[in-house]
Amino acid sequence: MTLQPVMEVTVNDLKHLLSDRALEGDTMLLNMGPQHPSTHGVLRLLLELDGETIVSCIPDIGFLHTGIEKNMEAKTYLKAEVMTDRLDYLNTTGNNLAYVMAIEKLVGLDVPPRAEMLRVIIVELQRIASHLVWLGTHGLDLAAMSIFLYCFREREMILDILEMCSGQRMMTTYFRPGGLWRDTPVEFEDAVRGFLKIFPKRIDEYEALLTKNPIFIDRTVGIGILPKDKALEWGLTGGTLRGSGVNYDIRKVFPYCGYETYDFDIPVEEAGDVYARYLVRMRELRESIKIIQQAMDRLPYGPVRSSNRKFVPPPRSELGHSMEAVIHHFKLWTEGFEAPKAAVYVPTESPRGELGVYLEGDGGPKPYRVHFRTPSFTNLQALPWLSEGHYVADLVAIIGSIDIVLGDVDR
Amino acid sequence: MNKTLEKIAAELGLPAHEYAGQVSLTAAPEAIVEVATALKKKHKFEMLASQTAVDYWPQTEPRYHVVYQFTSVSKKLRLEVRVPLAGNDPEMPSIHEVYPNANWYERELFDMFGIRFSTHPDLRRILMPFDWQGHPLRKDYPLGYEEVEFSFNFEEIELRKPRPKE
Repeated sequence: MTLQPVMEVTVNDLKHLLSDRALEGDTMLLNMGPQHPSTHGVLRLLLELDGETIVSCIPDIGFLHTGIEKNMEAKTYLKAEVMTDRLDYLNTTGNNLAYVMAIEKLVGLDVPPRAEMLRVIIVELQRIASHLVWLGTHGLDLAAMSIFLYCFREREMILDILEMCSGQRMMTTYFRPGGLWRDTPVEFEDAVRGFLKIFPKRIDEYEALLTKNPIFIDRTVGIGILPKDKALEWGLTGGTLRGSGVNYDIRKVFPYCGYETYDFDIPVEEAGDVYARYLVRMRELRESIKIIQQAMDRLPYGPVRSSNRKFVPPPRSELGHSMEAVIHHFKLWTEGFEAPKAAVYVPTESPRGELGVYLEGDGGPKPYRVHFRTPSFTNLQALPWLSEGHYVADLVAIIGSIDIVLGDVDR
Repeated sequence: MNKTLEKIAAELGLPAHEYAGQVSLTAAPEAIVEVATALKKKHKFEMLASQTAVDYWPQTEPRYHVVYQFTSVSKKLRLEVRVPLAGNDPEMPSIHEVYPNANWYERELFDMFGIRFSTHPDLRRILMPFDWQGHPLRKDYPLGYEEVEFSFNFEEIELRKPRPKE
């Protein structure tokens, strides 16, 4: 077999996406990324520019494609869970939650109340951590350097809490089908309460740096306007959609994990520009604090894992004196549990929008098909028409405001 | 089953199936544009939440299912529509004119499964490199790994690379 010649994509292959002026050389084609700090990862944009104005923008994704969906088909349900962390690496526990909830729905597994409440606490902490990275990098893109350092200071406190619970800062795999990996350590409560105490003041600090900052307002108000009906039609979700005046949050509309029992608001802004999306996410930080506070106040004692031994391994202490426990342990760690031949779709609200897991079983111990409907993938699709007619510098603000994570886009 | 969804299924004349509280309709590939239009315009399903596919290889009748998830934000409803596709390289109409975000979803399905969407305006690969051979999420595509290529062993590795069955 001979080596195949190296193929190239030419302007001719993309001419249906460019204006006629590009073919005549009237406008300029410019590559932005994949190694560009403002594209928040490895996003390549092919820009057609008239002077400094964007005529068309063609996103090129897939640089971080790792075949997670294919790999998960070759592992048992439990082993496949570690791959979900690597999707949206800023929302690791949220990915675990979506996947674990899909398994629980598929096999009909119950979760004890303590585990459910701890899941809410951890996921909301993770939401704050994810928003902090977004805020820091978004500020950094718009030349506000110090906000980045403040945000990462608080994010570190959350990662410390995650490490305390699961032993890992980012790739936690803390949630397991039927509950949690283990109960939280004794220091957990103090750490979370300490964080809750200082964090509202820290949000005020961030707001003092940005919300009324004239430079920030100049760069964001009236930029990248997203009309309400168009946002819905394009399937945008999360803060991006709520910045356009649509009150849609899966935690309220299709509640899961007992979110219906918490008292919190969904921040909505009408303007639909970059600044509105900023305001929505800033208020979401405060709402998450409210949820964690309520969950901490009524956190019950009790088991954190379901007692259904067909799906959840028995505790170590039982292995010494119960033959049945040994059998279950052996079965679960060698073959894994089996799920019925059926399909479920579980939507959750990740910091970026609707994270849905489509999970199909075939009666065996491995998932037949897992698909992640990731919010970044869908939200990024709006970028070409959102950036049309803006300056290149505004494109950076728009990318920051739709809050994409490339691990989430490419999977 | 939810009364509203039951009514929609009866109105569209599609067989419905329920599992764990989720309602799923089955539609023919030729009818999908009509079904999507009716769902969006008449039944207020404003959003196409997700579109994916499943490969049932070696079974060929049908080999694939394309699975749509529709969301109604105003009515707080979700509905799944499954479209069975026969044959190894099937073709079906695109719904990007009804739901514009189907554009990338369908590109992804073309990339991963080789399902062609006949009315799609821009059917290119999206996640894999543009000159990639095969469609990775098909069940007959090997789950292999790639050896690291250097200039001295490039040709040798190129020869024994796992290739998909066409």
